Amino acid sequence: MHIMEGFLPSPWWQFWFAVSIPVILYGIYKLNKLITEKREILPLLAVAGAYIFVLSSLKLPSVTGSCSHPTGIGMAAILFGPAISAVLGVIVLIYQALFLAHGGFTTLGANVFSMGIAGPVVAYIIFKLGMRLNLNFYVTVFLATALADWATYVITSLELALAFPAQTGGILVSFKAFAAIFALTQIPLAIMEGAITALIFKYVIQVKSDVLVKLEVINEKTIHKIKELWV
Amino acid sequence: MKGELIVAAIILVFVAQFLYISSSTDAEFGGADGQAEGVIEELTGGTFEPIADPIWEPPSGEIESLLFSLQAAIGALIIGYFFGYYRGKNQST
Repeated sequence: MHIMEGFLPSPWWQFWFAVSIPVILYGIYKLNKLITEKREILPLLAVAGAYIFVLSSLKLPSVTGSCSHPTGIGMAAILFGPAISAVLGVIVLIYQALFLAHGGFTTLGANVFSMGIAGPVVAYIIFKLGMRLNLNFYVTVFLATALADWATYVITSLELALAFPAQTGGILVSFKAFAAIFALTQIPLAIMEGAITALIFKYVIQVKSDVLVKLEVINEKTIHKIKELWV
Repeated sequence: MKGELIVAAIILVFVAQFLYISSSTDAEFGGADGQAEGVIEELTGGTFEPIADPIWEPPSGEIESLLFSLQAAIGALIIGYFFGYYRGKNQST
């Protein structure tokens, strides 16, 4: 769940715009470069964007008795890195702010930061780390995307806590209050997102593993190893 | 098949969790963002007024679910199209 329209007072909404805009611009630059140099990745880019569309439209019930939705952005982060993911995130967030009154335009900067930047950075770092440590590919994808989903909502809680510090106890107390809603609700959803994304990667490897090599997501050797083990 | 089975098991646990919570408590399953609104009211003592309103709001729950489904459908269509395209292409070569 994104921060609702109007719910970040000045100067916080401007602050998160200031943080997010440079990343989005860099993402647009990287995106342009990628699609002119490697046109064959376009379908996979469309799939990664579409995956965010699907997952962020599914409001799921959680153990806390409330609903939230996964982000789906970890897949894009693994394939294309955080900057390009931020651009894809902006598209989805604008759709939801415009047509669904979900999220908003004043809170767009903050929502882009939590979902389009912080989440993808977490996914990217964990994925690269897992690959370097030679962890199982699918376990790594699971960890990277589940924790990216969860991190998005931890950051959302933090953004709200910074804007609304408690009168007694300050930011820490209000962070706990917001995290009790967002971060706790998100745990089961994050696990689902991680598992489903790992499965999607299995299909990507089955049908189009050469693009993954081209994007330097994994190398030939790992693909051979995975195919031997899982087919 | 191993991957599919693991994911199916996780989804089953998730469904069981939902059935248990919804039958054992009177949880309303409202949005987490709405609950955050409540916390903001508590923290500010009800003094906070949103600084902006949505430009347009779906006029009813039906229209809202229509637009959410549309979002999912567009995404699913694109994913299905390209996976089918690649699979067909691999088979014909």
